[in-house]
Order: sequence, then C-alpha cells, then structure tokens
Amino acid sequence: MSASRGWVIRGWISPVSYWTLASAGLVIPLAGWLLVSSFGAINPVFLPGPLAVAHRVGVWLSDGDLFSDIRISFFRVLAGWALSAVIAMPLGLLIGTFRRAQALLEPLTDFIRYMPAVAFIPLVMLWVGIDESAKVAIIFIGTFFQMVLMVAEDVRRVPMAQIEAAQTMGATRAEVIEKVIIPSAKPALLDTLRITMGWAWTYLVVAELVAANSGLGYAIVKAQRFLQTDKIFAGIILIGVIGLAMDQFFRWAHRAAFPWLHGRN
Amino acid sequence: MASIVSCRAVCKIFESQRGSVPALQNVNLEIPAGEFVTVVGASGCGKSTLLRLIAGLESVTSGEIEAAGARVLGPGAERAMVFQNYSLYPWLTVMDNIKFPRQLSIHNRNSTSSDVEAASGRADALLQLMGLSSVETAFPAQLSGGMQQRVAIARALMTRPRILLMDEPFGALDAQTREVMHDLILHVCALENCSVVFVTHDVEEAIYLGHRVVLMAPQPGRVECIYDVPLGTIRGQEMKHTREFLNLKGQILARIRETCGVRTDLELLQKLSRV
Repeated sequence: MSASRGWVIRGWISPVSYWTLASAGLVIPLAGWLLVSSFGAINPVFLPGPLAVAHRVGVWLSDGDLFSDIRISFFRVLAGWALSAVIAMPLGLLIGTFRRAQALLEPLTDFIRYMPAVAFIPLVMLWVGIDESAKVAIIFIGTFFQMVLMVAEDVRRVPMAQIEAAQTMGATRAEVIEKVIIPSAKPALLDTLRITMGWAWTYLVVAELVAANSGLGYAIVKAQRFLQTDKIFAGIILIGVIGLAMDQFFRWAHRAAFPWLHGRN
Repeated sequence: MASIVSCRAVCKIFESQRGSVPALQNVNLEIPAGEFVTVVGASGCGKSTLLRLIAGLESVTSGEIEAAGARVLGPGAERAMVFQNYSLYPWLTVMDNIKFPRQLSIHNRNSTSSDVEAASGRADALLQLMGLSSVETAFPAQLSGGMQQRVAIARALMTRPRILLMDEPFGALDAQTREVMHDLILHVCALENCSVVFVTHDVEEAIYLGHRVVLMAPQPGRVECIYDVPLGTIRGQEMKHTREFLNLKGQILARIRETCGVRTDLELLQKLSRV
C-alpha cells in the first residue's frame, strides 16, 4: 500500500514534492542535454550545448537586437491575439447564446479553422501587403477561428438553472446576458484567452516568414539560413520562456479576479 | 376562493429528431390562493414539465395556463422558481445572491429611496429567517448543500412572488437536513402567505408539506388523482407516525406502483434465476 502512495489516482502531493518534481522535470533534460553535448559525441551543428546557446543569447543581447526583437514579436503576437479576442468574444457570445447565430456561424467557423494558417500567407500578402499588418493578420487567422468556437463553448457551459432562475425572477433577455451569462462564463473566458495566447505565439515564426526583418521568429528563420543552430535553439527557448511567463501571469490574474473559485471549501 | 393557478386541458408534446414525445395529456388543475400543493409520481410522469409550464420556461402545446390572473406566456417575477441545484450565482456572496433581483429593472421601476431601504431590510430579514446570518459574506461554494438551498429559497422570496414553484428542491439533501428544511419552508410560506407548487419524488415529503397531493402517472403524463391531506395546517414531525399519515402514504405508494408500468412477474423472475 505505502509503495503506491505517490501514485494514488488524482491523489494529493505536498507543495514541497510538487516543486521538487517540477524542478526535476526541467533540470533533468537540461543536465542530459549538457552531458550529451559536452562529450562531443554529437556535432554541435546538430545539437549545440546549453552553454553555447547561453553564449549566443549573450551575443544577441550585446548586439542590441535581442530586446527589439522581443519587443516587435511581442507586439505582433499581442496585436493579432487582441484583435482576435475583440471580435471573437461578442461573436462567441452570440453563438453560445442564440441557436440561430449558432446555425448561421458555427459550421462556417468549423470549416475555416481546419485551413492551415501558413497557406494564407500568399493571400494575406496580396490583400494586406507585407508590412506589420500582414504579420498581425497571420496571427489573427491562426487564433481567431479557434477562439470563436472556444468562447461559444464557454458560454454554452453556463448552467441552464442559473439562466432560468434569473428568468423566473423577472430578468429581461439583455439582463440575463449581462448579469448571468457573462459573469458566469468569465473564468472560462479568461482560460480561453490564456490558451489562445499560447497558440498565437506558435504562429509567430510563420507570421515572420512574411517579409520581416526583425523579431524572434525572423531571427530563427535567418539563423537557419546560416546554419546557426545555437541561435535557433536560443530563439525557440526564448519563445518558450516568454510563453511560460505569460501563462503564469494569466493564472495569477485568474486567482486575483475570481477569488470565489479559488477560496478554501 | 379564486384560483391563483389554473391549468385547463394542458397538453405538452416534445418534438425531437426521433419524433414527438407526449409529455402531458389533458392536465386540469386548479390551485386556490395560499395553498401548498405537492406533486408526486413515477419518473417520466411529467411533474417537472408541468412545473416548468407554470413557470413559463416551456410553452404549452395546447390548452391554457393562467397564473395570478394572467395567461402564462413566459417566465415572470410573480412566479419564482427554486431548482434542485446549480442555480445560485457562484461569483456573488450569499447576501448578493439574495439581493440579486434588486439588480433587475423590473424590481426597480419607480423605486424611491424608501423602497430601496425596505428591500434591504427584507434581504436582512430573509437572511435571518433562513438562518444564514453567519455566512452572509461567504460564497455559495463554501456552503453545504442545505445552506445553498436556503439561499436559493431566500432569493426566490426576495421579490415577494405570489407563487413559489419548487422542483425537487431538497432532492440532493440528506434525510436530516431535509426534515429541517421542511419545517423551515412551511413556516416561511405561511409567513409570506404565498402559494406553493412543490414537485418531489418523495411521498412522505409530499404529504408532510402539502395541503393536497397531486398524483401524476406516466405514458402519457397525466393527473391520476388528487388527495386531500387530513392533517390541518400546522404540521409537526410527530405526525409522520399517525395512522392517517401512514394510511395515505400507503395508498399513494400503491397507486404509484400501479401506474409506473413495472410489474412484479413471479414467473419471469423464476425464469431469470434459472438461467
């Protein structure tokens, strides 16, 4: 019995063991990487060591490009994602609330979301051009259609009893939406924003394929041309770190905004 | 006395992709003002559907329902409903849940400052009456199931509904909590002088609470018969052991068994045990 205590289905573990395991999960692959690369068994062109990658980040930083690359990439991701959120929220609310809107818009959205965002690049260049708005548009296309469906699903998950209770208290249709559906769906909506922010970052490299001359994604693509594997690694890891930080920020915001979900029971 | 709820030849047919399912057929029911009516019946007899029709959450296929002097065409504030669960607003504290109706325009028309004061006084009174003073600032998720239902009832009463519709409100509670809730709801409804339609699958609950017990039967959903409860208006737990109570309970249970469509077929049972 005691041997299997750590593996109870959905069991509890102490914060200490959680953080120990979480750090181990990050440190062990890093150590493995260091070990494999320092023995010289693998050509650094295929697998540069962590020290080489760290050094490359340092060079990138001292060149003065790193922060401007991060800043411009951050702007593109944020703009594409925010634009998508501004349109997807009301649209998803409509789809999740009214069957007519659902019938009209959901099959169409489902159809478009299977189209690969990369394939839209030529069209975007044709329609939007090749400046900043083109990069934002690619991220928008990659994020928006998924986001609409997720928002609609969040709205549909509001318990019917909450809605009907308001109706039997005399709430109008607008009041049900404003005072029940939206506040009830808010936590799920913030989670949707967090998850789609992650997706927006994954479209960055694709977006910066379009006539870019700056940004983390552009740096990765350029490094590929010169076979600077360490810079590719550096770019990928930086995107991962930024994503992780954003994710933690959203989780913190969730706890701060919805104390009623995170209180002790 | 005039009826506060009248159902006349009410039929309800649910349309689905597999065809139409008759849920209620020719239901007639008159409920006088101030009465506490309980509705029991085997599952699928349409008792919840009838309640939802009176609430205006579903519409009748044919027939007519009148409540508080007007034809029911949709939900309305004079017919508050208490659900079995998940109807509280988890983002609001207990007090804000109870005051929720005050956020709605219908309860704020032409309201003066003294109205607002009275409403706030009413919220306080309901909070106290329901024994919720100590959890005023708690969120619903921090409360037990019984406490949550007390909040739901207080919120429903906040608007002074003429009719309180209850859909198995204590179905998810344990037996002891349920007994406490029974006496509480009887006390509160007598105080508030509101009429109640109370749906339950628990016959004992139905008799203990109801002035009359409406027995419904399935396939198609219909009113099978209506029993007057011979217990007077003041109820006490000890009544559950009286002969009148037990007689009526036996009678109703027997009738439900007859109508539920499941027969104890001895021959079939023996056959089953042989294979």
